[in-house]
Amino acid sequence: MLVVENIQKHFDGFKAVNGACLSVETGEIVAVIGPNGAGKTTLFNLITGQLKPDGGKITFSDEDITFLPPHRICKKGIARSFQIANIFHRLTVFRNVQVSVLSQKTRNLNVFFPSDRFFVEETRAIMESVGLADKDREIAGALSHGDRRLLEIAVALGNEPRLLILDEPTAGMSPEETATTIQLIKRLADTRGLTILFCEHDMDVVFDVSHRIMVMEQGRTLIQGAPEEIKKNPEVQRAYLGNE
Amino acid sequence: MPVASRKRILPVFNVLLLGLLTVIPSILPLFYIYIFSVIFVTAILAMSLNMVVGHGGLYQFHHGVFYGIGAYTLALMLTKTELPIWAGFLAGPFCAAFAGLIIGLFCIRLNRLYFAMLQISLGSLVWAVTFRWYKFTGGDDGIHGISLPDALLGIHRAYYVILAVMAVCLILMYRIYKSPFGITLRAIRDNPERCAAIGINVRMHQLFAIVLATFFAGVAGVLFVVVERSVFPDLMFWVLSLEIMIMCLLGGWFTFAGPILGAAIMVSLRTFAGVYTEYWTLILGVLLILLIFFLPEGVMGYLMKKIQPRKADS
Repeated sequence: MLVVENIQKHFDGFKAVNGACLSVETGEIVAVIGPNGAGKTTLFNLITGQLKPDGGKITFSDEDITFLPPHRICKKGIARSFQIANIFHRLTVFRNVQVSVLSQKTRNLNVFFPSDRFFVEETRAIMESVGLADKDREIAGALSHGDRRLLEIAVALGNEPRLLILDEPTAGMSPEETATTIQLIKRLADTRGLTILFCEHDMDVVFDVSHRIMVMEQGRTLIQGAPEEIKKNPEVQRAYLGNE
Repeated sequence: MPVASRKRILPVFNVLLLGLLTVIPSILPLFYIYIFSVIFVTAILAMSLNMVVGHGGLYQFHHGVFYGIGAYTLALMLTKTELPIWAGFLAGPFCAAFAGLIIGLFCIRLNRLYFAMLQISLGSLVWAVTFRWYKFTGGDDGIHGISLPDALLGIHRAYYVILAVMAVCLILMYRIYKSPFGITLRAIRDNPERCAAIGINVRMHQLFAIVLATFFAGVAGVLFVVVERSVFPDLMFWVLSLEIMIMCLLGGWFTFAGPILGAAIMVSLRTFAGVYTEYWTLILGVLLILLIFFLPEGVMGYLMKKIQPRKADS
């Protein structure tokens, strides 16, 4: 479904991503792991168009999306959440999700009708599925950290993506919240048939949910394979798992 | 206060206010009718700016230009052509919106402060042309003594026309505010990057907001001619644009109706404090300092928070 070939990104000579390769098949949950600064977030930003690559190629459903702007990439069916909660902090939780649904259905330019008539059911269903249904009238900026992270995912779901990219979905969460979020990710993959690509620091989480794992180090792809393969690989143990 | 009861109170309040405003001309002296008319025109202007600044997050620093373009379009059509009067009233807002589209096309490529700088530059260019082109625009003298049809002559008639137009404009603006576009616009203000990531063409939506806002600024400009029956380049000078910006801040730029309040405060201050001292801006300055420290969200923003904390959907 998604194929990243030898992608490159340099910042003033610093090679943040230097030849990363990744493939994601339909229906898979794929994790990207690697030490801090390995280029995981940069890789995601390249895939979703927030950054323009300096080399390489990204294809999604056999279409070249390498240099498309973010909003076009989103329309192709890739939605993402961000590492630092990236929401509309002055709008209510309901509106946050609704904007995303409106965008999916291309009703954003409608100036004639009250927005309360648009996609209320759809928006509520999404909030229900992430467990924010009772907070719909809260201002997003006033939510707790954990709830913001959930809203992050809910906003991404509003786009009805085929591929959902989650950048450290459990960062800064308590163990209970982490467990809930993992359940959520699994459920989303099952019930909505979503393909999920995520990066994560918590190794238990990674080996628990993912079908395949890609290991990054210093902007390069070390290896991509099934969890057992990754665990056994000596290079990975030296670079990453070994220090635990 | 629960949301449901607020929803019931608001229309009642609006109808009462409108009723009060319709009887004002029969009880107040002429001068106050004039002041109210000026407040209405300024309120439309401030509201139109707030569409881009408060709800769109675009620093449109030179909004006065589009006000001026609306006013000049009508004035020039009335004095230089034989076209029917309604054509002028329509042309004003549309010319302003067209100018908004052209200037917006250039500015929209830039972000935040750079947007503001280019906006001021291009706006000042329009002002400079108007100021020097004596043959066409009357230069720094402007155009005076514009003749209007009978239906608009006399401040009483003008008052009612302006009140009606303002009511229509506010209803339209409120619909836009509550529409999917309004919500999208506020989402862009809060977080343009995220908006792009959920598939919204940010620049296109911002440009559309500018066109809508400049259209309403043009409406205000046309009404200015109805009140004053003259136009002059000061309408396009950057000082006026700054005043409109202050009105939005003063009233509360994250609220819907805040700028109306801001416009009322500014016009009253200029009129009544201006009688005592030509340094009325001194009072404005002190007021602004107090505002920034104690009511950073403006007067209306403060009141809204008091009425329904954490639930306002701005």
